[in-house]
Amino acid sequence: MDFTTIVFYLFAAITLGSGAVVVFSRNIVHSAFSLLFAFFGVAGLYVLLLADFLAVTQLLIYVGGILVLLIFGVMLTSSVIDVQIKTGTVQVLPALFIVGALAAALLTVFWSTEWKVLPDPPAVDTTAPQIGELLLTTYLLPFEIASVILLVALVGAAMIARREKQA
Amino acid sequence: MEELLQSFIGESWLLYVILAVPPLVFILLYALVTVWTEMKVSAHMQDRVAYMYTGPHGLFQPVADILKLLQKEDTIPAAADKTLFRLAPFLVFTGTYAGFAALPFSSAYIGSNINLGVFYIVAVSSIVVVGLLMAGWASNNKWSLFGAMRSAAQVISYEIPTALALLIAVMITGSLNLQEVIRFQDGGIFNWVVFGGPFPLLQKLLLLPFTFIAFLILFVAGIAEVNRTPFDLPEAESELVQGYNTEYSGMKFAIFYLAEYANMYLVSAIAACVFLGGWSSPFGDFMSGPLWGVFWIVLKGFFFVFLQIWIRWTLPRLRVDQLMYTSWKVLTPFLFVCVFAVGLILVL
Repeated sequence: MDFTTIVFYLFAAITLGSGAVVVFSRNIVHSAFSLLFAFFGVAGLYVLLLADFLAVTQLLIYVGGILVLLIFGVMLTSSVIDVQIKTGTVQVLPALFIVGALAAALLTVFWSTEWKVLPDPPAVDTTAPQIGELLLTTYLLPFEIASVILLVALVGAAMIARREKQA
Repeated sequence: MEELLQSFIGESWLLYVILAVPPLVFILLYALVTVWTEMKVSAHMQDRVAYMYTGPHGLFQPVADILKLLQKEDTIPAAADKTLFRLAPFLVFTGTYAGFAALPFSSAYIGSNINLGVFYIVAVSSIVVVGLLMAGWASNNKWSLFGAMRSAAQVISYEIPTALALLIAVMITGSLNLQEVIRFQDGGIFNWVVFGGPFPLLQKLLLLPFTFIAFLILFVAGIAEVNRTPFDLPEAESELVQGYNTEYSGMKFAIFYLAEYANMYLVSAIAACVFLGGWSSPFGDFMSGPLWGVFWIVLKGFFFVFLQIWIRWTLPRLRVDQLMYTSWKVLTPFLFVCVFAVGLILVL
């Protein structure tokens, strides 16, 4: 096994292991924190796929933004207001059915796709310029729509937060 | 240095381990020096003398402190979340140390010469925030939790001015790779981005006010990111005992401290790299080269560390609302104007 393969299995193990903790942990704060390692593992896998920009963006947005927000929410509810949030197992049968269907669909895609294996690591320097160029030419409209939606969400959040003061 | 090592030991995992060691050695030595400097500078500013007994002018005091911290009992509160409590200091240090991976120390040495250096450092520093939140929550202590919350809110708010200020430098230099950013500014003090970069005189003069403002804002936001006075609300002693690290003792506390000092150098060195030419000499070809490069970048970094110490012992602490006001209503709008103006000038 060469170095890259070992690193791949390492990151895969980190992702799967911490993903399992997220799902199976009884303590919701532990679940939230172990998401950090899951996101980190996925970022590592992106790097191995030569998607460096995607990997760093993954760290910035998921770890720096979403995860911190999530932990904030969990901490504020469970530790400050003293509400115990417990994770438990409910509705086993429907869940089993849906998860089984999803797994079957994913496996079908996995087995039926003809994967293109590149013989050598292609000489990709960095993906940032290409992504930037595509976002401002071919995919300009989706990019702008996404930014407008984010702006609307921001304004909405600010409005809801402000309303409390007047009452 | 990477190529040189490769020729000795070939392509193996050992190469990456060796490449990762110098920043760690640097952090440890630098922390010793800075702890001593901080105490001495603060004392002289307040007309005291600080350490005097352990060695000449108390030079060995940091070493004695480390020996003390190593021997201290490692206490964990009974009601704490033990796993997270143990993990938190290491997570905080990992986030900081990961930032050092993309920090150039000379034209010949950088931990990992990745093409997204600037972006990577901004992104990876968010691990520190998660570590602080973990420490605050796991301690199961009101003050710790409040400290952690404040810290997270503060670091996230000030990440925006930091990223925008760095964006201005990236727009001018046209690269996210820190080595390329520095190479762009090579050739003397007037080629530095803070003075408008290596452009024709007119363009330089137009750029100069905006780059200078961006540089100042980057420095201010940097102080806020490392949670130091006047932005030290997360560990405001007068209100929160010691903030998120209240419950920590012994080596765990030392690791928090080490991470804070390492972070100080990290933000200083980034400011020095993107705005002040990093390892390039201010005199053009005079005193330049890989070894002089180490000297210059460490000198520039230390200058800003000294400035941070100076500011810490000069200014009082801000209130929480003032802190948020500064970030969102002062620094960020200023930078929006700067980004727009720099973009316009570069296009014209």
